[in-house]
Amino acid sequence: MLLIKCPYCGERDQSEFTNGGEAHVTRPKNPEQVTDREWAEYVFIRSNPKGIYYERWVHTHGCKKWFNAVRNTSTDEILLTYKIGETPPPIKKFQNTLKSPSGEPDVGSGNFTVKKL
Amino acid sequence: MWRSPEPRKFYDIIIVGGGGHGLGTAYYLAKEHGLKNIAVIEKGWLGSGNTGRNTTIIRSNYLWDESAHLYDHSLKLWENLSTELNYNVMFSQRGVLNLAHNEHDIKEIKRRVSANQLNGIDSHWADPKEIKKLVPIMNINNCRYPVLGASFQPRGGVARHDAVAWGYAMRADELGVDVIQNCEVKKIRTKNGKVHGVETTKGIIRAKRVGVVASGHTSVLAETAGVRLPLQSKPLQALVSEPIKPVINTVVMSNAVHAYVSQSDKGELVIGAGTDGYNSFTQRGGYNIIEDTIRSIVELYPIFGKMKMLRQWGGIVDICPDASPIISKCEVEGLYFNCGWGTGGFKATPGSANLFAHTIAKDKAHSINAPFSLERFVSGRLVDEHGAAAVAH
Repeated sequence: MLLIKCPYCGERDQSEFTNGGEAHVTRPKNPEQVTDREWAEYVFIRSNPKGIYYERWVHTHGCKKWFNAVRNTSTDEILLTYKIGETPPPIKKFQNTLKSPSGEPDVGSGNFTVKKL
Repeated sequence: MWRSPEPRKFYDIIIVGGGGHGLGTAYYLAKEHGLKNIAVIEKGWLGSGNTGRNTTIIRSNYLWDESAHLYDHSLKLWENLSTELNYNVMFSQRGVLNLAHNEHDIKEIKRRVSANQLNGIDSHWADPKEIKKLVPIMNINNCRYPVLGASFQPRGGVARHDAVAWGYAMRADELGVDVIQNCEVKKIRTKNGKVHGVETTKGIIRAKRVGVVASGHTSVLAETAGVRLPLQSKPLQALVSEPIKPVINTVVMSNAVHAYVSQSDKGELVIGAGTDGYNSFTQRGGYNIIEDTIRSIVELYPIFGKMKMLRQWGGIVDICPDASPIISKCEVEGLYFNCGWGTGGFKATPGSANLFAHTIAKDKAHSINAPFSLERFVSGRLVDEHGAAAVAH
């Protein structure tokens, strides 16, 4: 379970929140000129990085406000939360420690990602 | 068993991912298509991902024709797999129940049963009396969500998950496939819109064709080739109890209260939980998810109330927007994906491998997997199986 810092209410238990998927996805500005392929990109395709991820949460059982978060999906560590409308911090600001797609040692497999690299 | 060869500099076909789907693909490429010079590259040991840790449920009672054909193709291969591989995969057709707990469930399941029957799938509507006879330990009416009926597929069941990986690995190895373990693919290399090879922890290996079957990490690898897939990765959890004497001889699944259970041949209860509500690669999952599942399990089967759980785990599954898989070519020539199996890939292992091998060998989808191309997200012709995929997505 995560402890999430709502920018309005402070730290609360994850059970009060609902995840809203990737943040900063913008709807095409000129829908009538957009091709099917571009629509598919907007409707169905979302980033799915292992590492630094910008996402939305809503404080469902609290202030009911939406906000954004930066989380490391390989450790579930929430690095930052910020209000909707605020400029997202550049990805370079965060250190992505994964050296390979799996983030695991050169030999072996398993639950290494839960350990902080 | 199988050899542990050092990788060659070049292969005609590289399969990334040494789970059941990947090893099976290599086996069928060699066996049915007579191809040589194939490698399977696995970052851990064989079956160390979701193949080696899942709830092993096999069924084909999906709603749409496309899915029914796909999963029943797989089920038919399961029925002959031990003979085909000359290795006992312990496929046990003990039947699968999918419970209905409310009016909507009844309508959805009855509709699905009818669709199944039109597709020649042995599914039927079971009333509470039949359910109670099949599973005497189930509490069907003294609970918050009483059991109002179920679909029952007698041909469904469970199999020994590790044996599937080992069986395919052995026979693929005999046919000359190089099974390379402890070697992680870090990057897919492309050149002028064509696949060129892979970068691994054991160096660069060139290849004419690359098939990626890396489950939760497929989209991460695709990204290295500049391909964006409609996948989201989430942890899916399951639990195994201490072994007890036989109490349940079928598989029972419930979408509405989200709990499913079967009993392994060792006597352990194998319990499936749901996915976390957010993307993650942590391979653990939240405790609130297993708490929900355990609550439902105990209400449905009060006699499990005092049991102890032996272990719990979380695997990373890749989920498509329509809860159906992708077995497809992509815009990069020679690069193929078999992914998006989400929370129910194990049942599809032989069928998926068989069709993926066909797709790679012929550079063209088989008629069964043609509807499961990446193109469907552009055309909008989705295969929505959120109802039949037992785990809520």
